[in-house]
Amino acid sequence: MKAYLSKHRNDMIIIGLFALASFLSFFLRWDFGLRTANSFAQSLVEMLSFLPAIFILIGLVDAWVPKEIVAKHTGEGSGWKSSLWMMLLAMLQIGPLYAAFPVACLMWKKGTSPRNIFIYLGAFCTLKLPMLGFEVGFLGIKFTMLRTLLSVPVFIIIAIVIDKFFGRNLVINDVSESKGAKSNTENARVNG
Amino acid sequence: MIALYVVVVVLLLLSLAISRQKTIRALKTGAMMLLNLLPPFVSILMIVALVLTLLGPETIQFWLGNRSGCIAYVIAAVVGSVALIPGPAAYPMSGMLVDNGVAYPVIAVFITTLMMVGIVTLPLERKFFGMKLALARNALNFVGALGIGMTMALVWNLL
Repeated sequence: MKAYLSKHRNDMIIIGLFALASFLSFFLRWDFGLRTANSFAQSLVEMLSFLPAIFILIGLVDAWVPKEIVAKHTGEGSGWKSSLWMMLLAMLQIGPLYAAFPVACLMWKKGTSPRNIFIYLGAFCTLKLPMLGFEVGFLGIKFTMLRTLLSVPVFIIIAIVIDKFFGRNLVINDVSESKGAKSNTENARVNG
Repeated sequence: MIALYVVVVVLLLLSLAISRQKTIRALKTGAMMLLNLLPPFVSILMIVALVLTLLGPETIQFWLGNRSGCIAYVIAAVVGSVALIPGPAAYPMSGMLVDNGVAYPVIAVFITTLMMVGIVTLPLERKFFGMKLALARNALNFVGALGIGMTMALVWNLL
């Protein structure tokens, strides 16, 4: 409990202050405070109504889709079939984009084609399954489907363009040894 | 909403029928993630509620609403490129913006640039890819995000 509170210290401070301000607004009948609290309460109820379902889904995917098997398939040549496996692998990850750079470097060292590396990065940004779960919850299935369907051709085109102009002498430096990058990757697990 | 829960319950029962152990692990993973993401979720809702009440729905709709045209997309793209908002926090925030009259295609631009373009993380990205490639990747994704938003604006009402 103590570890949990200290880990989320900043959030807890915000939550505490907000709760205090709402409480005071209620007694002082401060209109601005009441409107803010009301707006918050509405979105909180909306969020809490679907959040359990989303997290059960995320847990199920995590338990049933073995990352290792997907990762194995990405090594097969550099054709479009492996691009598809790359996208699948990216969908199973979590974390912000800069956490994927060290992974891109690792792939480059292992001889993954430049196009597939950038397809991986594109899919990593836009198709991560837990994120899609939140997206469906907060913004609806229509929005999520449409954005996903539009994003896939866009990041594939970007990967092809980058491959064309930078592919021949692509170098991805290994900076993951430095402290900065490492702590970023660690943060990534928290920041999702 | 009901459909979502029906799907989840069916999948959960299916999982339970195949493996009790894995299902328990799945529920544990989900519960842990929920516990860890609840504080940032709740605090971002509070911050956004405060900002939205400060600005008022009129201001939001003036700059990002249906009638503000191209400027809404430009604002969304620039803010999305510069801001360093963690993914999970961006969705509740976007949901509240939609509730306040911001169009879905504008949200698409905001979310896409937020995820694919990183001005603040450019110094870090440069170390991996070199300046030229890092700039090219960000520029291409910036344009791509605007493309996604505009296409969405064109087809949204058709669906």
